[in-house]
Amino acid sequence: MVRIQSEDFDAGAEIAILRRNNPAVGAISSFIGLVRDVNSGERVSELTLEHYPGMTEKALDEIVDEAKARWDIIEVLVIHRVGVLRPTDQIVLVVVAGAHRGEAFAACEFVMDYLKTKAPFWKKEQTPAGSRWVESRSSDDAAAERWTR
Amino acid sequence: MAMADSDLLHERAKVPARVDTVTILYFAQLKEAFGRASECFALPQSVETVGGLREYLRTRGGSWETELAPTKPVRVALNQEMAAPAARVSPGDEVAFFPPVTGG
Repeated sequence: MVRIQSEDFDAGAEIAILRRNNPAVGAISSFIGLVRDVNSGERVSELTLEHYPGMTEKALDEIVDEAKARWDIIEVLVIHRVGVLRPTDQIVLVVVAGAHRGEAFAACEFVMDYLKTKAPFWKKEQTPAGSRWVESRSSDDAAAERWTR
Repeated sequence: MAMADSDLLHERAKVPARVDTVTILYFAQLKEAFGRASECFALPQSVETVGGLREYLRTRGGSWETELAPTKPVRVALNQEMAAPAARVSPGDEVAFFPPVTGG
């Protein structure tokens, strides 16, 4: 399940929905990404997230399908926000429900690593020096790369 | 009776010329640099691939020339799938140019 929205999300409520009426679920792992107030040594007052309507949903669907093909998991939920966000705001939620923790942990990390390098989202930061587009990090590429080994 | 070739050409000439176009989308820095999020682009005969389209757009000069330079890490999607420069582009396609992604 993939959702792109400007509104905030409630991780507890989303997890409750995922596990409801599903006695096969024995483990749920989740990740939440937040807006920080500093990046590359500059204060960040605002973060604007842009996406590619249509392609972003497809890319996330493919990542979820890939996770389900690689691990024995039951359900994956990805919620990613777009628009203007501020420090402490939630950006992204990934929840993986499975029978056991090992697969749930691994799949959750995989989905985030692939999301950061393959899903079309772009961040623009507002700092005291003006606005700037966030540059991609080689460490993110390396994190995604390890799943191909 | 079969229509002579010359008549057929005449028939076609009456129909308004249908230009073969692609939709081009720009995101993030590229959208700002070019001052547009999208455009309907008449595909020249000489442009056969997404890499060729990128080169053609560079001939507009200014920010087109610098932002789409081979040294820039521009990504290309063809019909909403990541595409290599050699991917063939056809009329009706949706081509998107954007910088490396930074979500999450």
